[in-house]
Amino acid sequence: MPSLTMTVNGKSVTADVEERTLLVYFLREHLRLTGTHIGCDTSQCGACVVHVDGEAVKSCSLFAVQADGSDVVTIEGLAKDGKLHPVQEAFRENHGLQCGFCTPGMIMTAVDMIRRKPELDRETIRHELEGNICRCTGYHNIVSAIEDAAKRMAGGAA
Amino acid sequence: MITYPFTYIRPKSLAEAVAALAASPDAKLIAGGQTLIATMKQRLASPAMLIDIARLGELRFIRREGEAIVVGAGSRHSDIATSKDVTSTLPALAELAETIGDPAVRHMGTLGGSLANNDPAADYPAAVLALAASITTTNRTIAADDFFQGMFTTALEEGEIIKHVAFPIPERAAYAKFPNPASRYALVGVFVAKGPHGVRVAVTGAAPSVFRVPEMEAALAKSFSADAVAGIAVPADALNSDIHASAEYRAHLVAVMARRAVKAALGRS
Repeated sequence: MPSLTMTVNGKSVTADVEERTLLVYFLREHLRLTGTHIGCDTSQCGACVVHVDGEAVKSCSLFAVQADGSDVVTIEGLAKDGKLHPVQEAFRENHGLQCGFCTPGMIMTAVDMIRRKPELDRETIRHELEGNICRCTGYHNIVSAIEDAAKRMAGGAA
Repeated sequence: MITYPFTYIRPKSLAEAVAALAASPDAKLIAGGQTLIATMKQRLASPAMLIDIARLGELRFIRREGEAIVVGAGSRHSDIATSKDVTSTLPALAELAETIGDPAVRHMGTLGGSLANNDPAADYPAAVLALAASITTTNRTIAADDFFQGMFTTALEEGEIIKHVAFPIPERAAYAKFPNPASRYALVGVFVAKGPHGVRVAVTGAAPSVFRVPEMEAALAKSFSADAVAGIAVPADALNSDIHASAEYRAHLVAVMARRAVKAALGRS
């Protein structure tokens, strides 16, 4: 079994894992970071979105060995010093979740979206969310939360 | 879902990757893996070894060379969609890249991976064929007209790796895609280009492999306008028919997407 080393939420992690271990299983079952969810396991739903080297990817469609040497951030790594990330705060205030299953992926996608496109309108947000599915169909408030978060972060709240 | 077991290596150079591929006939290259991993999870593919070429700097570049944009095979869809060289000289290619999958998929999937796979519904084959691009591998340079040979079949030989693709900069070009609403793959996509190789029209998604429409090309060469292609129908008998669309519907979409692509190409100043 190969040994791999990566940084996960700011901490260096070294582990022996089978090559066929998907990144999402490595995070959930080896590191016990269960905030990253497995929804469809076929790259459709986006519940498993994490950041690898600063970019959103679907961790169900990536082997852990591919991320060897990378910097990985999961939903657990967003809050700093007990303070929620502005996107998390905006989801809370705008009621951007219903059952909450899709929320980690939605938030990781939203953080990446705001990084790439700081000025977001509602239509762009909806288009950018095409790889994230909310089966409660609670998109309206998710879009509002991301719009609100982008404004907060532009105002220096980040 | 769990794949069959395999071993994994990450060569430090293209030369090392070529040697590893030659030494292991049951190995497969992996770049973004956005098609391969799904196929392995369904156990439709079971490579004994994965040779990861995603991080090879030799394959990750986009630059202008004279009257062409040269894109390294390891460039991801997100790199192509946001490259200043591409958006300024070949915006149709950047726009096409932006329609593939979703943002997370575009951070992984690559141009070379898509071309080597030659999925009948992939987007890049339409651009490569319509722009008369040339594909340079570790062995040779292949013209687009010779590269795509059929469903999931290309001119690539065993052990050959795509290095880069040179796209001649067209005078005008546009891509119009009717995406499958679930998968975002092209139900039908039409790329129209007017450039140094004349007018070329390439269709993806509709048939077992990307194809050109000579009747439309001739009509557009005479008059580059949406009206010029209005009366031209593609016969449905050679087109795909499946749960997503009948062959007749795809034939209809080819005509509609061709008109939209011409209009979009004319709309660019």
